[in-house]
Amino acid sequence: MPFLDAQDWAAVWLTLQLATTVTILLLIVGTPIAWWLAHTRSRLRGIVSALVAMPLVLPPTVLGFYLLLLMGPNGPIGQLTQALGIGLLPFSFGGLVIASTFYSMPFVVQPVQNAIEAIGPRPLEVAATLRASPWDTFWTVVVPLARPGFLTAAILGFAHTVGEFGVVLMIGGNIPGVTRVISVQIFDRVEAMEYAQAHWLAGGMVAFSFTVLLLLYTLNPQARRSRAHG
Amino acid sequence: MDKDAAIILRARHAYPGFSFDVDLALPGKGVTVLFGHSGSGKTTALRCVAGLERASQAFLSINGEVWQDDAAGRFIPPWQRPIGYVFQEASLFAHLDVRRNLVYGMRRTAGGVDAAEVDRIVALLGIGHLLDRAPDRLSGGERQRVAIARALLTRPRLLLMDEPLSALDTARKQEILPYLERLHDALEIPLLYVTHQIEEAARLADHLVLLEQGKVLASAPLSEALARLDLPLAREHEAGVVISAEVASHEAEWHLTHLRFAGGNISVSHRPLEVGRAVRVRILARDVSIALSGDHASSIQNRFACTVTSIAPADDPAQCLVGLDAAGTRLFARVTRRAVSQLDLAPARWVWAQVKAVALLE
Repeated sequence: MPFLDAQDWAAVWLTLQLATTVTILLLIVGTPIAWWLAHTRSRLRGIVSALVAMPLVLPPTVLGFYLLLLMGPNGPIGQLTQALGIGLLPFSFGGLVIASTFYSMPFVVQPVQNAIEAIGPRPLEVAATLRASPWDTFWTVVVPLARPGFLTAAILGFAHTVGEFGVVLMIGGNIPGVTRVISVQIFDRVEAMEYAQAHWLAGGMVAFSFTVLLLLYTLNPQARRSRAHG
Repeated sequence: MDKDAAIILRARHAYPGFSFDVDLALPGKGVTVLFGHSGSGKTTALRCVAGLERASQAFLSINGEVWQDDAAGRFIPPWQRPIGYVFQEASLFAHLDVRRNLVYGMRRTAGGVDAAEVDRIVALLGIGHLLDRAPDRLSGGERQRVAIARALLTRPRLLLMDEPLSALDTARKQEILPYLERLHDALEIPLLYVTHQIEEAARLADHLVLLEQGKVLASAPLSEALARLDLPLAREHEAGVVISAEVASHEAEWHLTHLRFAGGNISVSHRPLEVGRAVRVRILARDVSIALSGDHASSIQNRFACTVTSIAPADDPAQCLVGLDAAGTRLFARVTRRAVSQLDLAPARWVWAQVKAVALLE
């Protein structure tokens, strides 16, 4: 018996596509949010921080439920996407990407925010007195100095997206090749009493998670430091 | 002074627990020291000039070029101002080695900097052997020298330094001060220098601005500002004046160097300086005593005729500060009130100032 069949491989491939897309999207969306949280003195800071952190404490089904309503035919996002001719997002790869982005947001925003806060205002001021515009400063000073934070953010965002289940089930359902990711596939295998197949996938996830975290803590000096201090 | 004023800063801003309100017209060349204790607003003033701090109502012009004018809605952001800024603590980019730190600002400077100029500045600050090092492998003094070179390499039209020595221990300070003095001679651009150390002010300043609680108490040439008895500076333990003098001669037999200034001569221990060289001499008020006649045999040989200009109370109720004028050179003495009474000192009276110790600042 082959240890993984075509369906399993489709789920693996889909999961990697989803996690990669979401990670890239999270870095693009999460970095400005992290920057704003690190620098703002606005009273909205607390509210935005809380909203970003919500997925850490909410059951994924709750997040999935509301996103489903928002993106559904009668929800505001659903009406917008229909008006734009995109159609409806639930039960599509696009919907999964959006839901996962919300769900994994804190895992990207918080490390990047911490890294930016650790840099402090001084290097930015130094760059300004050396003729670097804020945009220039971001790429030549902030990104290199915050590299460990970005690395942590990317790894955690990727790994967390790979591991999600509840949100996927609510938003994506269980469509082979479109929304059926590894975690859902494992669930299906267990439901069908195909424990051997479930083991291959589940064991693979354990190995993957361990490897990712091992890399994070051994390669990334910042994670090592914060672990040592915290 | 206003007609020479090249740096005009008028700024007002209410910070929590501190209102900043200055109106300064500063010379367009030489070193201007902004002096004051912490919370005096000296760093705020410097940051306003750099554009790092934005006072709500401000006007700032440098050599006729307006950098900020809130009445006209004009504010040039810091990265578009031709300044060089040296921060209080080490501010080198940790992710770049010394060479890349130096190049960072240079590469962003319009017109670039030619190689000969780079060599000159690297040599001026003595950092040629450090170029391939990472910042965390430099001493505190070396880091500040690199930071100064990095600022100079942007070809600034105005150099700003915020307590560049305060994070260093005494030995490191003595290591950097000569470089700063060399800069003072080599620079053609104005330097605004913030410090709360009177010794740094005495060694470097041409012009002194005294700040207290966000207000300007005085803005005057160094020797004038230091000789004013109405300023809190005169009440400091290290209070004293700085006199410009030149090397007049050397006397090998007694191992002495004689200095000449407008009010007379001063002798100091021999220093290998060429005759005619301009030097600064610092005379602390507590090292000056007053005698009514000059013919007393005394171990104190540095003495010159002065008139008393004013008498002011010192912080200690037993003491007074006596302002003196030696042919135009101002100095002052810290003496007891009893001595003032017994010698019957009063303005316009001729006396002899006897100087127990002088510090020669090259």
